[in-house]
Amino acid sequence: MMGLLKRYRYMLAIVGVNIILLMVRPELGLKAFKMTESNSIEILMNIPAIFILLGLLDTWIRKETMIRIMGEKSGILGIVVAFLLGSVAAGPMYATFPIAGTLMNKGAKFFNIIVFVGAWSTTKLPMLFFEASAMGWRFMLARFVIDIPIILLIAFITEKMVMGSEKELIYANVNEIANS
Amino acid sequence: MLFTIGLNVLTGLLLVISLLRDRRKTVMALKKAWKSLDNILPLFLSIIVLLGIMLAILSPQVISKLIGQESGWLGITIAAVIGSVTLIPGVVTFPLAAALLKSGASFTAIVVFVSTSMMVGVVTYPVEARYFRHRAAIVRNTLALLFSFVVAIILGRILK
Repeated sequence: MMGLLKRYRYMLAIVGVNIILLMVRPELGLKAFKMTESNSIEILMNIPAIFILLGLLDTWIRKETMIRIMGEKSGILGIVVAFLLGSVAAGPMYATFPIAGTLMNKGAKFFNIIVFVGAWSTTKLPMLFFEASAMGWRFMLARFVIDIPIILLIAFITEKMVMGSEKELIYANVNEIANS
Repeated sequence: MLFTIGLNVLTGLLLVISLLRDRRKTVMALKKAWKSLDNILPLFLSIIVLLGIMLAILSPQVISKLIGQESGWLGITIAAVIGSVTLIPGVVTFPLAAALLKSGASFTAIVVFVSTSMMVGVVTYPVEARYFRHRAAIVRNTLALLFSFVVAIILGRILK
């Protein structure tokens, strides 16, 4: 019980802030709780499936296969797969990172991981349709075309900035998370 | 919604196939799924509650006021800050951006807002740093912020 309380202490602190908000500005506090409620429902509908998929991927896909598809020598294939994986994804931004962790444990290249995160955040297909209906097709297409080289550039620079020991630490870290 | 259904149907289907082929492996997969979810759940839930408070305070009306009123660099900076700290779903961002444009807000500021709200995640930073460690997470977010301005400038040139 104490362990559980300790693990959720940050969440409880933030809930406390919300309760204070509820007392100071009831309208805002109530709205915040309602937002949390609807976001939680969305999470509950997506997150279990995403984590079960990750578990299945982890047990069924062999490391050699993942290295061939997204590893150091995967070249264009790895980039395209990372892009497609990110673009067809559903779910909020923070769900990408556990997925990225599993992919890294299986041997995916860090460059491809950042491409995946970039695609997830900016070129998600369901969002593109929504964007086109609100902002127009021209806006959506122009942004999409500009974002592709930018996603690659961000991945390139990020990988260069963590070259060497830091990258080893990152991979050791996701490995530790998976086995903790 | 369609994607939620698709995702769950796909997962269910793969789970059944996995179960039929190897019961032991499937149990292992589910155990791994629970372990990684349990690992990150406290952080996820914290972010969701924090997000609720942020979205309540930074309602579309408040954001319109903040971004729409200031022009020039101040307006763009405000747009970048709001876009970076909030994790607003696209369902809210795009109609808001469209409405702001119609009411005469600066195009550059709006694109910076849209771009940063998608790519830069201050609220989600703890999750990102948990997996990528601090250096990579800081580099990625900083670059995303810088390139949001680049996107805005290029888009402005193309679409005008």
